[in-house]
Amino acid sequence: MSIFANEFMIRALIGAVVIGLTAPALGIYLVQRRMSLIGDGVGHVALTGVGVGLLLDRSPVLTAVIVSAIGAIAIELIRERGRTSGDVALALLFYGGIAGGVMLVGLSGSRSNANLMTYLFGSLATTSRSDLVLIIVLGAVVLGLALGLRPALFAASHDEEYARVSGLPVRALNLLVAVLTAVTVTISMRAVGLLLVSALMVVPVATAQQVARGFVATMGLAMVLGVAAAGSGVWLAWEIDTALGATIVVLAIAGFLLVALGVAAVRAVRKRAALRAARPVAAEPEPHEVVLDRG
Amino acid sequence: MTAPVVEVTKAVVGYDDRIVLRDVSLTVERGDVVAILGANGSGKSTLVRSILRLVPLSAGEITLFGDRRFKSWERVGYVPQRIGAGAGVPATVAEVVGSGLVARRGIFRLPRAADRAAVARALAAVGLADRAGDPVASLSGGQQQRTLIARALAGQPELLVLDEPTAGVDAASQAAFAGALGEFVAGGGTVLLVAHELGPLKPVISRCVVVHHGEIAHEGHVPAPAGHHADPGHDHVHPHAPAEQGMWGA
Repeated sequence: MSIFANEFMIRALIGAVVIGLTAPALGIYLVQRRMSLIGDGVGHVALTGVGVGLLLDRSPVLTAVIVSAIGAIAIELIRERGRTSGDVALALLFYGGIAGGVMLVGLSGSRSNANLMTYLFGSLATTSRSDLVLIIVLGAVVLGLALGLRPALFAASHDEEYARVSGLPVRALNLLVAVLTAVTVTISMRAVGLLLVSALMVVPVATAQQVARGFVATMGLAMVLGVAAAGSGVWLAWEIDTALGATIVVLAIAGFLLVALGVAAVRAVRKRAALRAARPVAAEPEPHEVVLDRG
Repeated sequence: MTAPVVEVTKAVVGYDDRIVLRDVSLTVERGDVVAILGANGSGKSTLVRSILRLVPLSAGEITLFGDRRFKSWERVGYVPQRIGAGAGVPATVAEVVGSGLVARRGIFRLPRAADRAAVARALAAVGLADRAGDPVASLSGGQQQRTLIARALAGQPELLVLDEPTAGVDAASQAAFAGALGEFVAGGGTVLLVAHELGPLKPVISRCVVVHHGEIAHEGHVPAPAGHHADPGHDHVHPHAPAEQGMWGA
């Protein structure tokens, strides 16, 4: 049966493509600040939001956005202080988030493990029509801000202190990135799952920066790679019947390894060519005796 | 009469019970080129950082352009000691220099032709016009420092504040930097710089302030070098300085 014969497959594909485009566009600012794992932490916190939603019988996506946004702002405020105690505070927030989420999901009516698993690792079949609308709308908002505010977000992430002196509202921009991270994590959770969301924000960027020379080039290439991994992931997960989130992430990491090998190969070839070109210059010197004899 | 560009009055700065600056007063007038000298840990960087509002004052007052609650940061160009630690993703030289224009342009606007021209002008002023599209990480330490100076110059500031601009910078970059600074001063700019040594900048400096143990120990003309530093052939080498590409670079 064709993949496109199923309406839910088409929904999954559209959702995955939106996420594949959005996650790296925002994730690049996290990578630039060396905060690649923050998305993972926000994902942990979002699970508590899912639990709250299920318990109150509300849309888990909505409550997850709210709770993870609060968590992301807390993380940013802790980071801003820049103290070593922040490390422990982050750990408390992360584990508190996931433990609280698991407990709340258990307390709610839908206490099946299968339900919890779809939030943690994503699923092809769980993207409902209303979910898809939410994914597209919120994805467009994140994408619009990540692209539209690129110069300011780049400046604030590249050199925070300079950005502050130049008069940029650095704190507001950092909090915006925190909230957008929470939104990205939440819209990605149905497809990729909370535990793997961060990979889609980070891995395409890591792949792109191996070959790109500048920030804009890295961003564009990372978005292309994100869409490619998400799209082909949906197809492969359908074909070989594997978990969608894991399939997308494995493909993204395979892309990273391929590019890393390619870059290493090109470097090796260039080095050899450079050595060959340099050989006549670096010819072996004549032995001293020969030189002396000549004199 | 116009207000001084920078006026520090009895400033006190402390970190966790440790006083770093005590009762420091300093005035920088329009057109001045003031060098703040001092040993490591003397408080010279803290003085500059407190002027830029990066470090809060415990007591005293600092006005910029006569304003206690200064907000017009586009009038100030800042050159930090080296590129920020957040350089995880590659960025081209032009992208870094362009980031100096964002606040002035407004965060909701994308760069226009005038901004690109300003970036090109600033890069030409520091002698890096041909490197605009290269990743910053591929540049030598001195060229990276010049990139940061271009970023500060791109916004056409009135006051340029530099933190150790010549530390670990090769001779070619120091000369290019001194030229750019001279041009900036000739155009009516004011400069406040922290330095470990003056080197080729000496001719453009109009006044020196020596900070020692958090206090101003000397203020006036450029002090004559003492000891073996005064030898004509003295080459002030810092073994810890990052290696320069110069000779071996492709």
